[in-house]
Amino acid sequence: MNSSSTRGEKLSAIKLTVVQYGILAMMLILVGGLWRLQVLNVQNFRLLAEQNRIRKVPILAARGKLFDRDGRLLVDNYPSVSCFLVREQNHNVDADLPLIAEGLHLDLDQLRATLSHYRRTPGYQPIPIKQDITADEQAFIAAHRNELPELETIDVERRLYPADGFAAHLIGYVGEVSEDDLNNPRFAAYQPGDVVGKAGVEETYDELLRGQDGSRDVIVDSRGREVGYLRTQHAVPGKDLRLTVDLDIQRAAEVALGDRSGAVVVMDPRNGDILAMVSHPTYDPNQFAVRISRKEWTQLVTDPNHPLLNRAIQAQLAPGSTFKILMSVAGLQEGVAQDMHVMCNGGATFYGHFYHCDQHHGMVDIDHAIPWSCDTFFYTLANKLGIDTIAKYARSVGLGQPTGIDLPNEASGLVPSTEWKLHTFHEKWFAGETISVGIGQGAVTATPIQLARMISGIASDGHFVRPRVVDPSQLPPKFYKALLDSFPGSGNATIPLNPANWMTITNAMAMATTPGPFDTAAASHLEGVDFAGKTGSAQVASHTAIARMGKGVDTRPNGWFVGVIPRRNPEFVVAVLWEHGDWGSNAAKLAAQVATVWVNKQRIQEHDVLMPAAAPKPMEMGAVWSAAPPARTEHGRSVEESATLHGGHFFIYPTVKAAPKALASGEGHLPVWLATSMLRFKEDLP
Amino acid sequence: MRRFLSFRDFDWALLGLILVLCTISVVEIYSATLHTKYAGFQVKQLFWIAGGLAAMFIFAKIDYHRLLDWVPWAYGIFFLSLLAVKVVGHRALGAKRWIKIGPLLFQPSEWVKLVLILAVARYFANLGGRSLTWTDIFKSFAFVGLPMLLVLSQPDLGTALTYAPILVAGLFLGGINLRQAAILTVCGLSLVVGVWSSGKILKPYQKARLTSFINPDNDPRGSGYQIRQSLIAVGSGGVWGKGMAKGTQTQGDFLPIPHADFIFAALSEEHGFVGAFFVLLLYFFILMRLIQNAQTAADLPGSLIIMGVVAVLTFQIAVNVGMVIGLMPVTGIPLPLMSYGGSSVLFTFLALGVAMNVRMRRFVN
Repeated sequence: MNSSSTRGEKLSAIKLTVVQYGILAMMLILVGGLWRLQVLNVQNFRLLAEQNRIRKVPILAARGKLFDRDGRLLVDNYPSVSCFLVREQNHNVDADLPLIAEGLHLDLDQLRATLSHYRRTPGYQPIPIKQDITADEQAFIAAHRNELPELETIDVERRLYPADGFAAHLIGYVGEVSEDDLNNPRFAAYQPGDVVGKAGVEETYDELLRGQDGSRDVIVDSRGREVGYLRTQHAVPGKDLRLTVDLDIQRAAEVALGDRSGAVVVMDPRNGDILAMVSHPTYDPNQFAVRISRKEWTQLVTDPNHPLLNRAIQAQLAPGSTFKILMSVAGLQEGVAQDMHVMCNGGATFYGHFYHCDQHHGMVDIDHAIPWSCDTFFYTLANKLGIDTIAKYARSVGLGQPTGIDLPNEASGLVPSTEWKLHTFHEKWFAGETISVGIGQGAVTATPIQLARMISGIASDGHFVRPRVVDPSQLPPKFYKALLDSFPGSGNATIPLNPANWMTITNAMAMATTPGPFDTAAASHLEGVDFAGKTGSAQVASHTAIARMGKGVDTRPNGWFVGVIPRRNPEFVVAVLWEHGDWGSNAAKLAAQVATVWVNKQRIQEHDVLMPAAAPKPMEMGAVWSAAPPARTEHGRSVEESATLHGGHFFIYPTVKAAPKALASGEGHLPVWLATSMLRFKEDLP
Repeated sequence: MRRFLSFRDFDWALLGLILVLCTISVVEIYSATLHTKYAGFQVKQLFWIAGGLAAMFIFAKIDYHRLLDWVPWAYGIFFLSLLAVKVVGHRALGAKRWIKIGPLLFQPSEWVKLVLILAVARYFANLGGRSLTWTDIFKSFAFVGLPMLLVLSQPDLGTALTYAPILVAGLFLGGINLRQAAILTVCGLSLVVGVWSSGKILKPYQKARLTSFINPDNDPRGSGYQIRQSLIAVGSGGVWGKGMAKGTQTQGDFLPIPHADFIFAALSEEHGFVGAFFVLLLYFFILMRLIQNAQTAADLPGSLIIMGVVAVLTFQIAVNVGMVIGLMPVTGIPLPLMSYGGSSVLFTFLALGVAMNVRMRRFVN
């Protein structure tokens, strides 16, 4: 080739020197760049590197457990796993949704809706997508670590409530904090996805029960996989609370009310301790705690029987004849009723209108008008007193306002007055309207808890108490003070009662439950027990309205009974509402069942006698619980499933005293309870 | 005629510098892949280096004049193979860059680099150092530009770009004058602007990659992610580094491909400014040594060959390190002698072998 022609030619040395300086300049620029990053901005980049690799993973605090007054476990927790979605990673989540929905058995549309719901929250905020995932769903997440790095699981303690709605309204339930709640200053410290008490004790004492979540700094790689831990801030578990409720009495009340619609409240009139609070129909809070579908929720909310309503504190109904106790107090204290003698001919005429009494009582005075529940007498008394005097006394015993019980959303009932009518309807009060109010009909309404507090105060010589479901001695003083402020109501109060009047009323109430010529609630008589009370049968609609409504609607009157043991300075008060129970005497029978259990328990405790060997009837409590995998595959179910969730019924021997000790000392989970106490259980989950 | 050739004339100092760099490379590949699915790649790299060394000695043996004689044939063959890639190429990672010959994947674009170095050297040497006419310049543009366009359309922007410095070095050393250089610069700039705004030649992802280095925070999840993670890795290394296998960015898999394109970031994180500076210093010595060899070469083609190699290596170092420290866009150009990868290692050793070849024959005449 002609390459020989170039032999001897050389590159110019100047050009090569230019190249050398060019390379030097390039190197200096690169070194300068390194210097800028590694020496001048090292702190800044170190911080970014730390933020890159460290993620805070919450450790959720276990919620405080709930015990009954004797330390028996009512509400427990069980370990469970929740699945969260973290959008932090450099990863397109939307494309994975069908796979996630399939693996976690979720509805794809609902999953999309959940994600769009959290669209505006910061990227590091985990989105809860499924709670209480099963073992095979956990296995799915573990198997797809690489494809679905956005899925995270967190160990949580879930609520375990007594099944079949036992004490459901009293205990309440927990749920995810709603968006409305988050806008409320009371929930300032809450994050989306947090679990809060939504009703009952769970709501009122949420601050104490919830504890404080901890967190763990986890070292992650770029796909969010954990490669190590740095430091852990442990969660502070929530405070355990002892309720004032007595499991035995609560059970008796649940059983007594049975399938009937209504409420039972049992209270200790000396301090306001609620021994039992039942509202039927009820609901299973475990459904809420685990997974409630939109359909189930809609069903609960739109059920015409209102299972979510706590009738004990929220049912505002005409008190019927139980109101006559208040009428007697007003009449006697005003000095009107003492010398009143009324001729009852099956009713009387006022202001040109005939008002019925259910019987011809003949000549009646106050001593007999109460046990007989003579309407004619109380029409006349109401007419004499006038509506504003009645209203004054009704308010003084706590009607028309909440009692201040430490449960959310208590209703206040209604005490009509001239002022009320003017204010509400811009109309004058007609004297004729006072007549029906005299027998607890018309505009007056009250809740079972109000009536219980009313009768207990009157029987206790005017010492009224604030009902409570948690003994305040276990509460921090600051919390208790705030609690009293946030649940205003009639509270603790004393109104002076003339001793003679007190005698008259309490004796008359005792007469009502004592078989004899004057009884109206003989069915509630307990041999050897000083059980005093008052029935009520409240019309749910006027006679003309009933005629209009036709057949489909239940127009039977509501049955009421309020009673105390003993008649004066009582230690036990019971209020029973049986919706459409027809007669107060029917409600009185239910009250007597509850009272019997209480009386028997008092006797056993006072004399410290053991139950006869054959006597204790096991109490059945339904529940779901989780347990370590036992080596069995009964009912043809797989081991995995039985390892996660159990459901069934416990048999509790209520009067065996060993049980509470075992509870208190045990690890707290049901299996431990089962192992250490005299309980038997059977499984019946399908 | 010719003096007896011996490896006594081989540039052992240059080889020493190269081997030091290779050692650092193997150690850093080991560290960077320790907890990844690429673990153990340092062993593969060792095999590539051994293969590269063998190829280097073989290429050093063959007289570069003979290589220059073969260049037109080689150019023809590789041009055809680039066309073959276009037609029957093997597609992987969204690009057609390979021809499958039995079980082996053959990537002609790497070899074209070497062929172009020789072809450019031969072309400008033949012009004999006289001042260039516009015809000379356009001819050189044509025979470099055609394969470049073919590679660009694979698409392989990184490799295509490495052809450019070969031509630039050839033109500069071959005798272009200032006026021509100025005109070409203006034309080149308007061409770049034209290509950029036409929106047809560059794919959108290529454009995004090319611009995201200016402000990686604009899109920290997308194309800016790699730059951002690389900057964090380098910056958090500090003066002394976090230590071998202790770089959180490297070990935590935040740094993309830490054993290949971003190996300099991994090195900077784990060995700090000191380590990075040392490696740049080694490169500087290697380049200076090569330029010295170019000066002492027996003839113009020899000098031009070495300067072609210098141009490619300098360009790759500048673009790769510049990318890692955020001064250059992400182009997928590996760091010679450091990044993991068979093609890259083989090409670098072959190019250095040709440079050795020139040096060994510096006294031949």
